[in-house]
Amino acid sequence: MAESGTTTPGGYLLVLTILLPVVGMILSFTPGGRNAERIALCSTPFGFALACAIAFHVNRAGKPIVYLVGGLPPPLGIALRADGISAVMLVAAAVIVTAAAFYARPKFATPDGVSESRSSLTFWIMLQAIWAALNIIFVGGDLFNLYVALELLTFAAVPLVCIDGRPETIAAALRYLLFALFGSISYLLGVALFYGAHGTLDISLLAERVQSTPVVWTAAALMTCGLLAKTALFPLHLWLPPAHANAPAAASAVLSGLVVKGSFFLTLRLWFYILPALPAEKVAIVLGCLGSAAIIAGSVIALRQARLKLLIAYSTVAQIGYLFLVFPLATGASSAIGWSAGVMQILAHAFAKAAMFFSAGLLAEALGHDQIVKLGGAARVLPLTFLTIALGGLSLVGLPPSGGFSAKWLMLQASVASGQWVWTLPILAGGLLAAGYVYRILTPALSDDQISLVLPPKRSQEVIALALTAVAIALGFAPQAFFDFLEIGRPVVGQP
Amino acid sequence: MTPSVLAGLTGAALVGFGLYGLILHPHPLRKLLAFNLMGSGVFLIFGIVARRGASAGFSFDPVPQAMVITGIVVAFAASAIAVALILRLSAESGHVTLDPEVWTGSNGGDTM
Amino acid sequence: MSLLPILDVVLAGLVIGVAIFTITARELFASVVGYVAYGLLLAFVWIRLYAPDVALTEAAVGSGVTGVLLITAGKRLGALKNAAPEAQPGFAFKLLTGVLAALVASALGAVILMLPDPPPSLAPEAAAAADGAGAGLGNPITAVLMSYRSLDTMLEKIVLILAVVGVWSVGTDKAWGSAPAPLRQQEPYAPMVFLAQMLAPVGALIAIHIFWTGANAPGGAFQGGALLAAMWMVTMMARLTDPPRIDTQWLRVALVAGPAVFLISGLAGEVVAGAFFAYPPSLAKPIILFIEAFMVLSIAAALPMLVAGPPSERPD
Repeated sequence: MAESGTTTPGGYLLVLTILLPVVGMILSFTPGGRNAERIALCSTPFGFALACAIAFHVNRAGKPIVYLVGGLPPPLGIALRADGISAVMLVAAAVIVTAAAFYARPKFATPDGVSESRSSLTFWIMLQAIWAALNIIFVGGDLFNLYVALELLTFAAVPLVCIDGRPETIAAALRYLLFALFGSISYLLGVALFYGAHGTLDISLLAERVQSTPVVWTAAALMTCGLLAKTALFPLHLWLPPAHANAPAAASAVLSGLVVKGSFFLTLRLWFYILPALPAEKVAIVLGCLGSAAIIAGSVIALRQARLKLLIAYSTVAQIGYLFLVFPLATGASSAIGWSAGVMQILAHAFAKAAMFFSAGLLAEALGHDQIVKLGGAARVLPLTFLTIALGGLSLVGLPPSGGFSAKWLMLQASVASGQWVWTLPILAGGLLAAGYVYRILTPALSDDQISLVLPPKRSQEVIALALTAVAIALGFAPQAFFDFLEIGRPVVGQP
Repeated sequence: MTPSVLAGLTGAALVGFGLYGLILHPHPLRKLLAFNLMGSGVFLIFGIVARRGASAGFSFDPVPQAMVITGIVVAFAASAIAVALILRLSAESGHVTLDPEVWTGSNGGDTM
Repeated sequence: MSLLPILDVVLAGLVIGVAIFTITARELFASVVGYVAYGLLLAFVWIRLYAPDVALTEAAVGSGVTGVLLITAGKRLGALKNAAPEAQPGFAFKLLTGVLAALVASALGAVILMLPDPPPSLAPEAAAAADGAGAGLGNPITAVLMSYRSLDTMLEKIVLILAVVGVWSVGTDKAWGSAPAPLRQQEPYAPMVFLAQMLAPVGALIAIHIFWTGANAPGGAFQGGALLAAMWMVTMMARLTDPPRIDTQWLRVALVAGPAVFLISGLAGEVVAGAFFAYPPSLAKPIILFIEAFMVLSIAAALPMLVAGPPSERPD
């Protein structure tokens, strides 16, 4: 377990990685106008460099890097902590946010002749706010700090859902907001009980002090319930499909790829970092069952969708279910396999789903609609876009070679190694159903029908989407060193 | 029964009432009110944790109280965003409902 | 026999009673008024919990400004004349929800009774740090907000700005850049104008005093800023001033001043005091007050803008 007492070398990078998008937000807001997109776009390479630098430091140190804010150690002060999965998520977030920023540039750049426009300023400020919030979530070491980050994430994501102002998007945004607010307040209630029980909110200190008492169990249940609402795990998933399907493509990519992963990341922190000492097998099984239900229900409903973006949104609901299989699978002697599987699923889904939403956006603009039945022959006029969809679909289904395949293969391995054969059923069933809905998209597109473009697609946007899906595929080739890196800082019960 | 325990139980009751209102009321503004009620119940629980932590010459533990102050401001900001969305929804469409059936026109839903 | 226990029980009963009224009232407006009353009663509960800072914030922000927000919302909704009557939920659903809520409340109540004794607390650490990291501040809550957990406070100011942009983004494209609708549509009401002219300057002075004295006594930037915001809202409600256009530079600068100054001081801390968000020991208190002054400005700008809402096209 990492000591929380001192700042380690490279720790200052953790503060910089949080503050960079925050500074960007302030500078985008005050002069306003065109500066918003300039600042957002210019800050992306620096953010990516910071994330890589953090990963480099964590790798070199072999243990988490720590920063004590204000030089004051917990419990009175706040600590920031980056371990293996933090670093990996920081890099992934930087890449996807950068891709979304450049993808969104044609649509959300301030139009000529206007000094400032509503959708532009909103988009660039919200994008940077999401980035800042995610970075805090990935490196935060204090539960209340993480609550503020969750609120920041919600307040940034909700306006993106309704940025184009149509009534159905506003209703979807409102529903999302109410679910998210319920999630935050439930989380905060858990935080109150944790503090009342142990007098600290620092993750490392809590892990040392926590005991199996009713107070702790209630706090854990409340926090988990709140985080599940924010991650849209079945049955609290109702807000997600309308919100993600009706948002503009760049926003949907970030929402599905990153925002829901933020609250999931905190669920991992709660159960694997604070509470590993608790006998939590039953909770793991409950979460696994809910995840399985999400996989089946989400995939089945996705199969019945008429609109491409709604299909992709329900696919997100299903793929989130896979994430929760990490709870039963990353326990016991083979926990490293289950852990690697979970993180690989987060990454593979993030990149593949972002690419799919980019493609759906390109498609909708090029063809004027996103009705699946009317996609006949579209692959011939939009070859790059459909290549992206095909490769992304490969990862979602879990066929080799792809990150999705790696994730599911590791999950199957972990199920067998830990003797929990039952989990192989939803994994395989989910793969078959996913193949079903990917097939539904590709079959009409590859047919011989004639179709004409309303608008030719922008080459830069197609390339960005293809690049993201290439990352999803490349993850399938991740070496063992990558999985070893993910183990840095993970508490393993029973080891000294 | 000390004031702390009484306030704590009041907070628990408020969380219950707020949850009831949040789930039950169809109108989003009533849901928002219920959410604020729940929030103040949660803050009360922070408050009793603070009061119970009186020691070392302080009559309260300052850390939870500072968290409540932060939380109150954040809850207000949330209410403001929700109100803005509710008013815009009402202006755009004439009715304020979160019922998904109303919003899925011919364009969405799961019709083949 | 002391009266306080009876007062506590009566207070708790009143709070719960008004809360039930808020949830079960038929009309929206009655519900909102109930909520404002509830907030004021809660302020008393906070006083009984030895939390005057929180009581001030709850009365000013939780009940006061939120009340204005909700009442304005109710009036504007009424003016929009919508609402086919909502489909009332069925009895089974009500029963189920009631059972769920009762379960949650009872579990919570039971757990509260099971909180450990002696209770863990950071008060000893806060007392020990009071002269060091605490900058000699007499009010430990200000020390927590501005020094020990300053990252939280800085991020929370960012959340406020984000909420303002979020509220502005809900307006229409055409209206972007113009001002939000006035808080009061009718002609200025003479007694209101008189009240605003008398109250606003006095209130502003009190607000600045509350901010200044927050270093050593109950009060601080949030409470002072909220009171200042209320005074601005009073003048807007009396139509003495109107909400400004959202593209005015001074408004934007005022909104970001607080977090910007906080950020700059935090970044400078690495160079001057050895860690981000640390203060050099001799200058800590003046720096904290300096940052808080700008925070008061930002809060006083942000809260009324959140109540005023998105920019709207005006017939003129």
